[in-house]
Amino acid sequence: MVVDSASKPAQDLSPKSSVRTAAPSVPEMRPSMVAALMAAPTVFEVENLDVFYGAYKAVRGVNMTIRKNQITAFIGPSGCGKTTVLRCLNRMNDLIPGARIEGDVRYHGVDLYAPDVSATEVRRRIGMVFQKPNPFPKSIYDNVAYGPKINGIRDRAKLDEIVERSLRGAALWDEVKDRLKSSALGLSGGQQQRLCIARTIAVEPEVVLMDEPCSALDPIATARVEELMRELKQKYTIVIVTHNMQQAARTSDCTAFYTAELDKAGQRFGQLVEFDVTAKIFSNPRDTRTENYITGRFG
Amino acid sequence: MTLGTDLAHSLELRQKPSWRRAKNTLMSVLLGSAVVVVAIPLVLIMYSVFAKGGAILFKSFPAFLTHDIPPTRAAGPGMGPAIVGTLLITGMATLIAVPLGVLGAIYLNEYGVKSKFAQAVRFLALVMTGVPSVVMGLFVYVVWTLHHSITPPHELTGFQGFGGSLALACLMLPIVINATEQMLKLVPDGLREASYALGATKTRTVLTVVLPAAGSGIVSGALLAVARAAGETAPLLFTIGATRVINTSLFHGDSTALSARIFENAKEAVANAQERGWGAALALVLLTFTLTVIARVTTAFATRIK
Repeated sequence: MVVDSASKPAQDLSPKSSVRTAAPSVPEMRPSMVAALMAAPTVFEVENLDVFYGAYKAVRGVNMTIRKNQITAFIGPSGCGKTTVLRCLNRMNDLIPGARIEGDVRYHGVDLYAPDVSATEVRRRIGMVFQKPNPFPKSIYDNVAYGPKINGIRDRAKLDEIVERSLRGAALWDEVKDRLKSSALGLSGGQQQRLCIARTIAVEPEVVLMDEPCSALDPIATARVEELMRELKQKYTIVIVTHNMQQAARTSDCTAFYTAELDKAGQRFGQLVEFDVTAKIFSNPRDTRTENYITGRFG
Repeated sequence: MTLGTDLAHSLELRQKPSWRRAKNTLMSVLLGSAVVVVAIPLVLIMYSVFAKGGAILFKSFPAFLTHDIPPTRAAGPGMGPAIVGTLLITGMATLIAVPLGVLGAIYLNEYGVKSKFAQAVRFLALVMTGVPSVVMGLFVYVVWTLHHSITPPHELTGFQGFGGSLALACLMLPIVINATEQMLKLVPDGLREASYALGATKTRTVLTVVLPAAGSGIVSGALLAVARAAGETAPLLFTIGATRVINTSLFHGDSTALSARIFENAKEAVANAQERGWGAALALVLLTFTLTVIARVTTAFATRIK
């Protein structure tokens, strides 16, 4: 990395403060704000979580607490287990043959993986937005109404109302209100992703999991989705996986940093390195691996 | 200046005549002529069917489609019983094979996937597509037709349209299963995940997301099977018998079909019968064509989103 030393004050070249210059900048946080963040009610508690794909232990020893009405970002290099952990939170990994977990994932104190817990019920409360916009090949209206219909809502007026509210919530209503009956596949990528968000919030989940929701979008569409996330967090708890550190810094309250390591047998596995308030992760991380990653020295 | 000339020299963009260019032309000619060669039999078949069949079908237009079949040596129109028979027999075969086949394919692709049982069924379905249709006819003759025949004095032969439907259904089933499974495979997993993430059950996901997304493909597969079955002769020879009058029942008495009539009439050394055979061939071609168009238009309409 070439640093133009002439244009920077001399003290900024010390190792600790170089973090501040190269890492995405986050506003300073007063201790009272940090305390307020930490005081929010707990939604998820993850304890000693290991995730297996068949015999392969892909993610090891994850511990963290995700709090209500906050945006929690998962960052880290590819293959570090961010998406895997995210998909454990609403049991989407059940769909992958051979995937299983050890350890505890508790949602409001209830073990999500208890034998009598239904994955379907879990997913009704914990929605998900995927990396690639994946609207159904149906009309815009039917896409949004799909979830409410699953929950047994048949009344046309009620459905109309939900569709409008969800599309407004996803900041898409004004763009599509005149063509609700046209195919969702005719929308642009950014619109499709907002449609998928509308579809997710139409079932009024408590939590929205987002798996790199902006990686297929251009900067303008990304900005819209981020703005939307900040609005949504008033009502929902959001967990977002992102490769974009600026995005994590801009939007999230707490950040979890994952890396991939090699174990003694030479097998690659993902682990959680550091989990803290976003302002702290990006300004004063505890772990040197975090510091290296956010300053761009690695990954 | 030197730089300029150097640049002009290196920027020789015109293609030089070379072996590569000649090879390209040669391949284009070869591929073009291959298309022509492939098209020749197709065009010839359509031409002779229309020319020879049209002579009787269009000359006595609705009569040919509705009248009973005259005795072999007699001249004149009549393929009504065969058309009714083909529609009934193929229709019943479709009713049996398409729902079963689609359900089977759903099981294979969505539920069984890589289980031993699913693998075995998938393999059998594949093998069954290669079984000659005459074997299907023989099979139904042994397990169905023979059990319904009563020896004299009642002289019930056991021939009935339904036997033909069963034989055709056996023939269609593997085609429908394979075609449907291919179509289901093409539905992106992202759609299934999106549905599950909204709290949908597996059944719901399959019925409301996967099947509609694969809908037009499944209909095409089913159509392929129907068109194939409508033209099959061998399975019917053992099972439906023969009649010259319209029989609207699949379960009582002999039936007949266009394909069986083509076979019967073509082997007669009588010009009148042969002419009716050609007429039947044209009727069959038109029938399959009409069915295809109807089904295509219906699916396009049903899956249409404005």
